[in-house]
Amino acid sequence: MSIANNRLSPLAGILRHAVLLLTGGLILVPFVWMVSLSIKPPGEVFRASLSLWPAQFYGVENYTKALTEAPLLRYMGNGLLVCAAVLVLQIIICAPCAYALAKLRFAGRDLILGMVLIGLLLPHQVLSLPLFVLGYLLGILNSYTALIFPYVVSPFGIFLFRQFFKTIPDDVVHAARLDGLSEFAIVWRIIVPMALPAVIAFSIFSVVAHWNDLFWPLVAVRDQSLMPPPLGIMVFKNEEAGNDYGPLMAAATLVVAPLLIAFLAAQKWFVEGMTGGAVK
Amino acid sequence: MAAVSIDGIRKSFGSIPVLRGVSLSIADGEFLTLLGPSGCGKSTLLRILAGLEMQDAGSISIGERVVDGLRPKQRDVAMVFQSYALYPHMTVASNMALPLRMRRLSAVQRLPILGRLLPGAAGAAAKIDMEVARTAESLGIGHLLARKPGQLSGGQRQRVAVGRAMVRHPAVFLMDEPLSNLDAKLRVQMRAEIKELHQRLGGTFVYVTHDQAEAMTLSDRVAVMLDGELLQVAPPRVIYGDPEERRIAEFIGSPTINVLNGVVRERGLIDVAGSTIAIEADAHPGTPVTLGIRPEAFHQTDHAGHGALTGSVRMIEHMGADLFVHLDLAGVDQPLIARLAAERTTHVAHGQTLHVGVWPDRVLLFAADGRRLRRHVAPSRASITSIREVAR
Repeated sequence: MSIANNRLSPLAGILRHAVLLLTGGLILVPFVWMVSLSIKPPGEVFRASLSLWPAQFYGVENYTKALTEAPLLRYMGNGLLVCAAVLVLQIIICAPCAYALAKLRFAGRDLILGMVLIGLLLPHQVLSLPLFVLGYLLGILNSYTALIFPYVVSPFGIFLFRQFFKTIPDDVVHAARLDGLSEFAIVWRIIVPMALPAVIAFSIFSVVAHWNDLFWPLVAVRDQSLMPPPLGIMVFKNEEAGNDYGPLMAAATLVVAPLLIAFLAAQKWFVEGMTGGAVK
Repeated sequence: MAAVSIDGIRKSFGSIPVLRGVSLSIADGEFLTLLGPSGCGKSTLLRILAGLEMQDAGSISIGERVVDGLRPKQRDVAMVFQSYALYPHMTVASNMALPLRMRRLSAVQRLPILGRLLPGAAGAAAKIDMEVARTAESLGIGHLLARKPGQLSGGQRQRVAVGRAMVRHPAVFLMDEPLSNLDAKLRVQMRAEIKELHQRLGGTFVYVTHDQAEAMTLSDRVAVMLDGELLQVAPPRVIYGDPEERRIAEFIGSPTINVLNGVVRERGLIDVAGSTIAIEADAHPGTPVTLGIRPEAFHQTDHAGHGALTGSVRMIEHMGADLFVHLDLAGVDQPLIARLAAERTTHVAHGQTLHVGVWPDRVLLFAADGRRLRRHVAPSRASITSIREVAR
């Protein structure tokens, strides 16, 4: 793609940016509103007039309340632990699976890939009841294991990695075999480092999904000390805050913040991982 | 160093046969080229030799050892790929050191920091680094060891790939079109370097290419492959001057050999394109034969008739020392290409009628099925000289 072809007339440029700003703004509104509410005193939350900045800055009180009245840090620690464990196990399992599907020839490979694709189509909620029963039978309900175990095999991860691994030339795999690497060594020392953009993109998807997950933790755990942030906030709203939206929004802001920071830091790889292989 | 013996290798992909029973022995220290058009199965044969593909039938030995069931790393072969297949996330030094590290260090010793602390590991690693540095130096890439492949030019990457193969002193070097991705000038230069490398290392080289110039210049012997079969295995000058089959004669040589249909008139005479040439053919009168005449087997003459062909000049290509003259012959579809020495050629112009004489002992005769018809005449000195010219 040449730069010259990409150059737009100023008018088209302005129009394009206007559309982008508008849609971007629409998507941002709830977040901005959340942050705005988190620094408003209770009296201003339901005021009819629309203002982003409060007349009386109440941020310190709201955030203090959010951090003290609910074990928010505990929730976030739980979220961190679960997300990290899920991600590490997913990569450990998905990368060899995807390598086998992308680079090895064996009977039934296409069938297995078909099953992975079916797994990709099924929403996780559909599986929650059988998983709940299974968790009960295994005796792992109401534990970290219950939060981690159902996500360890990710069809999305397998598929994303497979697509990326397929773009790596076979010759590289052949060279590695001649150099004396075992198949697992090829996965971990050659293929995964070469597919780093895909790994990072997948990591973002995985962490966002599991950090924000509400449904499965709601089913799997009852103990407040095991709850990840979204479930914790929900419980916090019901039990402690009631209609006290200021501290609730402060808690929500604190929960979202780590994701935003992580995404902004890894943005470059994220885009690369999504478009990688599309253009050579 | 080791001899290689390939015996009756067959391979199909699905229902498509790729190799139809290939047998070949390669001597210790020989430079053998597998030459053929794309899709002829030459790369597949090389991959089977390396252990990257499994043959359906047949057997391969390297040295004294039958290697059929062995994994690639156990076969003691190294391969240079067309795409170089370097590891982009590793430095040149790590790329070249990897095969040695995998062989000499245990799994624990290869661990990033901890491994160095184990007994013997630091010494072995230092020895590997030294050998890598020495090999890199001999290839002229010593100053690039800290770079990654992405920061190198095509020729430099090529050298790294060769270095990675060289560093562990394999019994057999396998090269799969290693020069195809280079530009023309660099290709000629690297060709000479590979030849030099072979002479210096003295190992057994199996080299796959579709480029006949590479095959002719590099090889001790050329194995011509077509449609999954070996047609002929012989030194380059024999492949060029004394091919077994018409297909080989047509594949080797640039410009392509001229192919003319003729009929045996009587013993010692063949009618072709309105003329008669004195050639001793091992066939009965009236037999249709095909004449293969290399462009350099012609010379300009000023008279038509016996031993000469006459046509009108369609195109002239000036190549410096030589002229390639394209002639339209009456009753022949394809134009004839004659390579005439520029200094001895006079008054050749577009559209003009030109007589070219044929050296009869340099005409290759083929039967209707493409088989070579022998004439029991030893090739002349002139034809050997011209082979050298082409190979150059």
